[in-house]
Amino acid sequence: MLEVQNLSMRFGGLLAVDQVTLDVQEREIVSIIGPNGAGKTTVFNCMSGFYKPSGGKILFEGKEVQGKPDHKISKLGMVRTFQHVRLFTQMSVVENLLVAQHRHLNTNMLAGLLGTPNYKEREQKALDRAAYWLERVGLLELANRDAGNLAYGQQRRLEIARCMVTEPKLLMLDEPAAGLNPAETKELNQLIISLKEDYNVSVVLIEHDMSLVMDISDRINVINQGRPLASGTPEEIRQNDDVIKAYLGEA
Amino acid sequence: MQDLLYFSQQLINGLTIGSAYALIAIGYTMVYGIIGMINFAHGEIYMIGAYTALIAITGLTALGAAWLPLILIVALVCAMIVSSSMGWAVERVAYRPVRGRHRLIPLISAIGMSIFLQNYVHLAQGSRNIGFPDLIEGGFQFGSDDAFQMSLSYMQITIFITTLICMTALSLFISRSRTGRACRAVSQDLGMASLLGIDTNRIISATFIIGAALAAVAGLLLGMYYGSIDPLFGFIAGLKAFTAAVLGGIGSIPGAMLGGLILGVSESMTSGYLSGEYKDVVSFGLLILILLFKPTGLLGKPEVEKI
Repeated sequence: MLEVQNLSMRFGGLLAVDQVTLDVQEREIVSIIGPNGAGKTTVFNCMSGFYKPSGGKILFEGKEVQGKPDHKISKLGMVRTFQHVRLFTQMSVVENLLVAQHRHLNTNMLAGLLGTPNYKEREQKALDRAAYWLERVGLLELANRDAGNLAYGQQRRLEIARCMVTEPKLLMLDEPAAGLNPAETKELNQLIISLKEDYNVSVVLIEHDMSLVMDISDRINVINQGRPLASGTPEEIRQNDDVIKAYLGEA
Repeated sequence: MQDLLYFSQQLINGLTIGSAYALIAIGYTMVYGIIGMINFAHGEIYMIGAYTALIAITGLTALGAAWLPLILIVALVCAMIVSSSMGWAVERVAYRPVRGRHRLIPLISAIGMSIFLQNYVHLAQGSRNIGFPDLIEGGFQFGSDDAFQMSLSYMQITIFITTLICMTALSLFISRSRTGRACRAVSQDLGMASLLGIDTNRIISATFIIGAALAAVAGLLLGMYYGSIDPLFGFIAGLKAFTAAVLGGIGSIPGAMLGGLILGVSESMTSGYLSGEYKDVVSFGLLILILLFKPTGLLGKPEVEKI
């Protein structure tokens, strides 16, 4: 469903991403790994429309999306999270989920003033969906708390819930396990697998936590210094000499 | 007793002016909250609101309309529509193309817009003072005839009530409605809101429209209160409202309301007890003091540096 072909991104004289190619099939978890500064997040930023790539193509469900603004891309069903949690910290937990459904809602002001049945029905649906996902990520009791007051692990889960209420087809997670303790990482692990199994979402994952990557990925792409180094199943990657060299240094 | 009456009189006058300042200040604070720029043309939007209201009132009276509430409501609606379209257009023409550039560029663009609008009204309406008809006359008198009499005019009551209605409506809109929810999201993290599928351009336009509509209300009210308007009418009022917004904490809507009232009361107290010439000294002095001891304003939240 997602194809990235020969993607390049140049910042002045620096070629941050060079000819990266990867693809994601439906109901698949694909990881991008690589040493720090390898260009993983730059690939993400190109895919989600934050950057306009200098070269190459990005096809989502057969349509070219490279260089489109981020809100158009998210409308197509590709949503992302960031390395740093970016919640609306001064809004309540449930409001964070409602505002994410903004474009599914009837925002006609007149309808809102009159409280038409259509308006109320959609608001109720949005609330139901928000409640469902809060339950799913274990935050239902905290629904009216300000998002900024949640613990870090809870904020991470809320962020994933906020992506999911937009009903994405492809979820892009940038280091979702960063700063989580082992127990929280394990919960996250199960959550990501269930997104794939139960909700038919494809996931692209950038992650440093190798145990998480190896456990849940269907396929892994390794990037080193902006260039693709290897790709394959976790088993293949584990035994790939180039990967071992890049990670551990030459012996 | 005399002193108390005198004090109450100053308080009432201050709250009247202050609530109008607050209405204008909301436009500054909402725009700053969302895109972090100072809309210096906002005072002109307010002035245009006052002119539109006056034109509508004159026109209706000429047509023979006599029922006062009808005249006022039509004038108010006309002023709000014209000012809102003006606010929307100013954003499209002068701010959107330079959004995301260096902070100074939109600022200069705003000042240019302000000068343009002022001179446009100069040309179209002349630079003379134009009298505003005294539509709401009379009021209550307190105290005996031979000493100081405190008066509370119907005009002042109208200003209080209208402001109260506008503020309540705005608060409900921001806290309850979907667009209001989206406004809050955009003001906290514009990039993220856009990523979640909120049309941020629409939300930004909406803030300009709302701010301009409230300024138009203030334009009609203060135009009637002062009894005359001129093309520079918006300049000082805009500056005062901007001060009020900074005083209360720019970006915070309750802050703008509080800042407006504080500024209005401190001005009228100074004119009442010291001298009218000192009122601007005191109000801007107050601003300097608050910025020295609480740089974010009274209700503003300190900006936390993201790590």
